Amino acid sequence: MHSTSALSFSQATSLPTTNYAFHSHSAVNLRFCGLRRQAFGFSFSTHSTSTRLRLSTRAHSYKISASDGNNGTPPKSFDYDLIIIGAGVGGHGAALHAVNKGLKTAIIEGDVVGGTCVNRGCVPSKALLAVSGRMRELQSEHHMKALGLQVSAAGYDRQAVADHANNLASKIRNNLTNSMKALGVDILTGFGTILGPQKVKYGKVGSTYTLVTAKDIIIATGSVPFVPKGIEVDGKTVITSDHALKLEFVPDWVAIVGSGYIGLEFSDVYTALGSEVTFIEALDQLMPGFDPEIGKLAQRVLINPRKIDYHTGVFATKITPARDGKPVIIELTDAKTKEQKDTLEVDAALIATGRAPFTNGLGLENINVLTQRGFVPVDERMRVIDANGNQVPHLYCIGDANGKMMLAHAASAQGISVVEQVTGRDHVLNHLSIPAACFTHPEISMVGLTEPQAREKAEKEGFEVSVAKTSFKANTKALAENEGEGLAKLIYRPDNGEILGVHIFGLHAADLIHEASNAIALGTRIQDIKFAVHAHPTLSEVIDELFKSAKVKAPASTSTSSPVTEPVSA
Amino acid sequence: MANILQTSFLPSTSSLRRTPISGSKGKSQVLQVKAKIREIFMPALSSTMTEGKIVSWMKSEGDKLSKGESVVVVESDKADMDVESFHEGFLAAIMVEEGGVAPVGSAIALLAETEDEIAEAKAKSQSSSSSSSSSQKAVEEQPKQIEEAAPDVPAASSVAAAPAVSAPKTVALGSAVHPASEGGKRIVASPYAKKLAKELKVDLGTVVGTGPMGRIVAKDVEAAAVAVAGTVAASPAKPAPVAPGIELGTVVPFTTMQGAVSRNMVESLSVPTFRVGYTITTNALDALYKKIKSKGVTMTALLAKATALALAQHPVVNSCCRDGNSFTYNSSINIAVAVAIDGGLITPVLQDADKVDIYTLSRKWKELVDKARAKQLQPHEYNTGTFTLSNLGMFGVDRFDAILPPGTGAIMAVGASQPTVVASKDGRIGMKNQMQVNVTADHRVIYGADLAAFLQTLAKIVEDPKDLTF
Repeated sequence: MHSTSALSFSQATSLPTTNYAFHSHSAVNLRFCGLRRQAFGFSFSTHSTSTRLRLSTRAHSYKISASDGNNGTPPKSFDYDLIIIGAGVGGHGAALHAVNKGLKTAIIEGDVVGGTCVNRGCVPSKALLAVSGRMRELQSEHHMKALGLQVSAAGYDRQAVADHANNLASKIRNNLTNSMKALGVDILTGFGTILGPQKVKYGKVGSTYTLVTAKDIIIATGSVPFVPKGIEVDGKTVITSDHALKLEFVPDWVAIVGSGYIGLEFSDVYTALGSEVTFIEALDQLMPGFDPEIGKLAQRVLINPRKIDYHTGVFATKITPARDGKPVIIELTDAKTKEQKDTLEVDAALIATGRAPFTNGLGLENINVLTQRGFVPVDERMRVIDANGNQVPHLYCIGDANGKMMLAHAASAQGISVVEQVTGRDHVLNHLSIPAACFTHPEISMVGLTEPQAREKAEKEGFEVSVAKTSFKANTKALAENEGEGLAKLIYRPDNGEILGVHIFGLHAADLIHEASNAIALGTRIQDIKFAVHAHPTLSEVIDELFKSAKVKAPASTSTSSPVTEPVSA
Repeated sequence: MANILQTSFLPSTSSLRRTPISGSKGKSQVLQVKAKIREIFMPALSSTMTEGKIVSWMKSEGDKLSKGESVVVVESDKADMDVESFHEGFLAAIMVEEGGVAPVGSAIALLAETEDEIAEAKAKSQSSSSSSSSSQKAVEEQPKQIEEAAPDVPAASSVAAAPAVSAPKTVALGSAVHPASEGGKRIVASPYAKKLAKELKVDLGTVVGTGPMGRIVAKDVEAAAVAVAGTVAASPAKPAPVAPGIELGTVVPFTTMQGAVSRNMVESLSVPTFRVGYTITTNALDALYKKIKSKGVTMTALLAKATALALAQHPVVNSCCRDGNSFTYNSSINIAVAVAIDGGLITPVLQDADKVDIYTLSRKWKELVDKARAKQLQPHEYNTGTFTLSNLGMFGVDRFDAILPPGTGAIMAVGASQPTVVASKDGRIGMKNQMQVNVTADHRVIYGADLAAFLQTLAKIVEDPKDLTF
């Protein structure tokens, strides 16, 4: 990650003026670690364009020489085989794989190793959620009683909770740093700017820069919280996830703008610690990115019984921080009529409207690349596309900066895919096999298409779609934990047994999704995977039962030991 | 897992499954046949299922349904299942709301064939569901009932029902101006307060907020619910055995406030209470009362004052246990006195009763009672009590037992002072006025010895009441 907090502030405030077409809290696309809709858009296009793109790979070398003249002369010998700008999870994953492949690798980082995920995202939030999960359990008298446990009033020490999150982040950060150092990755400190093909300079702002060259360059600069215009973030009462993760105070009443992953996870944390929450969602329903059925169930479990209310179909057009004895004031505007609808007075507001790419100052203009709403345009192989629609040779962009799928592990997977390509093996990442998870209590996880997306695709391509569901209520382990609330849903093709999507809401859903995502990645069909054996009694039997309940017409492969090799998508 | 059960929707003309529900069925059935309004029944999702809970309605009233479309999610003993419509039409009326429970085979919604019939179906659902659903509700709430619950006992034990918050609902009416709401134009209430208000059927417009910047928070709604209960309660103050307007042989569901009372009653069960009684001779107090009655001093004020003075010497009896882990020693001694009024019950509070002189205290008491009758008590005038007095002596009750209002440490039940034949230590027999008091206390903070010592002090003060008047 390539930003100091000071920079991310200026970035955030300058965004609205730079023609940010999102208008608002489009939590639809922009989420903490997820940008699924764009990912799907992308993967659909792979179907039609994969052949063409494969051809263009062959034309690779021609293109390099053709573009040489335009962009200065590339150096004859290089300092590194691979330079990665940004040491977040994406850059780290790419660096480790590059070393594994024998590449001389450097990583440029202007802030701290670990990027958003480790320092201001997934990692510290998991620490807070671990606390909230336990608080929730201890506070649930009914739950405790059902287990026969007696617990006297549960309480918490805010600073100690905050320290736990902070300590976890530093521990993971050190792990990441040490793993790279141990493997011989050079960590170059400073901001990286691309000067031309295969040329990068780096250094601290205001001091001298060092020029380095590399055969290939990966941009992995990540993203910063997106703050819609009209919202004044003061870092105390009007905050983004960056501030909220420090847990400097627990407000009595906090409004959360955006009900995607970030908003949902923070609502879990805040309500467990005693806050009341008001969601403000621009779309007509909460949790718009989830499969509708899962969203509905999640709302029944995660929203309705908790101290949460919500306003949907409204924009928070103006948010003023608390000052002069006045509370935080939020003006709500109807998303359709654009008329001012309501005013809220709360103790704090958390802006969770998604994330904006951090690509300013990268020197993209030096190589004629125009960002799209800040995102670096790339093809399905993460190769950067310039303003004329041509590939920029030896330049790749992974992770949040390209906006394909704003998830830490997606960035890492994209980085590994790039390293595969530059070391001579063509590789296209199937984004539909990348799972996503929301770590509420219980958790939500998903991979592939939602049911409406699958039905739309089926209609276009003329195949049938079926849905199978299993409940956690029937699972022994879940019932033993007294956590029977939950649903697993499989969307598949009954004709050939292809898994189109799996959505899970229930205990440890985030850990359960990988059986499905691996099956999608490897192209395993339902009729084959249903013969795989699961330990009893485990939660994984929910997925086992899900596969077994699917009605597939195709027979099982003759040899179940050899997986289907044909990729599912692309 | 089977998630779709088509058997659940039966046209209402089939009378097979209608046995469980009585009431106005016959009438509505005839109408439904004519109008082609079908009932949607609670399906039997398993052989063991006797009732089902409506998890969620996937359609709203007025939505068009096509055949085979999922309408409602029902929770059975095994799983949540989608229930599909067997017919086309419009979901005209939902008779069992989300979260509601209905026996298998009972109607949960009406399906109209055409849009025009929606209104007709709605009207029907109201008439036919009023009997079944209300009695159902009553059944649901019944387990919460507790013998001691307020309604038909006047002051005494129902004090417990009103944990320092009982006050008429209209208390708030005059002063519902919300500092955080542009002079009361808007209601600012926290999410949980709103949820509670909906659940307890409290009108937020009548609630005074005590949260940050005057917003309405959960405890304000709870207080209001209990207060509403206090005024709406149908029990007359006079000890009439059967109040007019009560239809015998019926089951009447709790009003919201009765529900709140009931909850408080149940909550009180989580407090380990015990009782200590004492007999106090009141001749000296009666004499003092006669002497200063003309100056406007009331017996209630005298008792409150005496209690407060005793509490000042035994702060632990004025403490309470809020979290199960600690003593909360209250900084002031505020005596709440239960008053039966207008069919309800309120506990006006005499604040700092140990410090205020008896004449001021008496004036204050009169003022509180007047305000209470006019339903103008402010929240701090009825919910700040640290110790409660409940006196049933005026009815001739010689002794009784009060339930401890949650959030306080002790309550004292005062019986009538009666002439009693007493043997004195020197072997003589005499006549003395004696009253029995009985203190109920939270044993987590107040122990037997504490109460004994407190009662001894109180008896001394009452038997030698000169300290009460200075």
